[in-house]
Amino acid sequence: MSIEVRIPTILRPFTKDQKAVVATGATLTVLITDLDQQYPGIGDRLLENGALRRFINIYINDEDVRFLGSLEAPIKDGDSVTILPAVAGG
Amino acid sequence: MSLTISRVFVDAIVAQSRAEYPDECCGAILGPVGSGTPTRLLPMINAAHSPTFYEFDPKDLLALYREVDDNDEEIVVIYHSHTETEAYPSRTDIAYAGEPGAHYVLVSSRKEIAPAIEFRSYRIIDGVVTEEEVSITEESISSP
Repeated sequence: MSIEVRIPTILRPFTKDQKAVVATGATLTVLITDLDQQYPGIGDRLLENGALRRFINIYINDEDVRFLGSLEAPIKDGDSVTILPAVAGG
Repeated sequence: MSLTISRVFVDAIVAQSRAEYPDECCGAILGPVGSGTPTRLLPMINAAHSPTFYEFDPKDLLALYREVDDNDEEIVVIYHSHTETEAYPSRTDIAYAGEPGAHYVLVSSRKEIAPAIEFRSYRIIDGVVTEEEVSITEESISSP
């Protein structure tokens, strides 16, 4: 099972500037582990203390993973994953 | 490094910041990819509805990036207002700045300086803030 993962500009230094990469995993946790093995360091930019970082948004297809079980969100063949940093501040 | 922007957009952002006061307002201006020219203003809902914080709604954020991709555009400007402080990036603005290619525009809607306009632009890259010159043009917008 290979899933297309869209990478935001700010994380492209980890992916050799690729806008989209391929990873595998039946849940978001497993997918992020696989991403981090392929692109060491990227996992730390997505997770903090074992949870999804507050100001990172990850979507499976069109849905925010926070509504799909967060890190336990299931991923199936043909899904696409999009990572976007929140546009936020004070 | 500088930002060239139409007065139409400057006026629209200032008007939005006043309309949404006392909450912070926010939005983006898109332009053709690679142009660096802001041509299409998209006011966004501040999902935080707060006088001290702003956040694009996550669903709107995804829609925005899809639109940018579909139209061969880029996010040229990301703007928001400060309601009681000067138009300079706050610590959280710097911490969460995630678009190294964008101009981060701040307007101040603090009462004591109104009606004077404080409209300033910055690059925020790897935690480093660089203010840049803003050139306001009188041209009308000729984008589709």
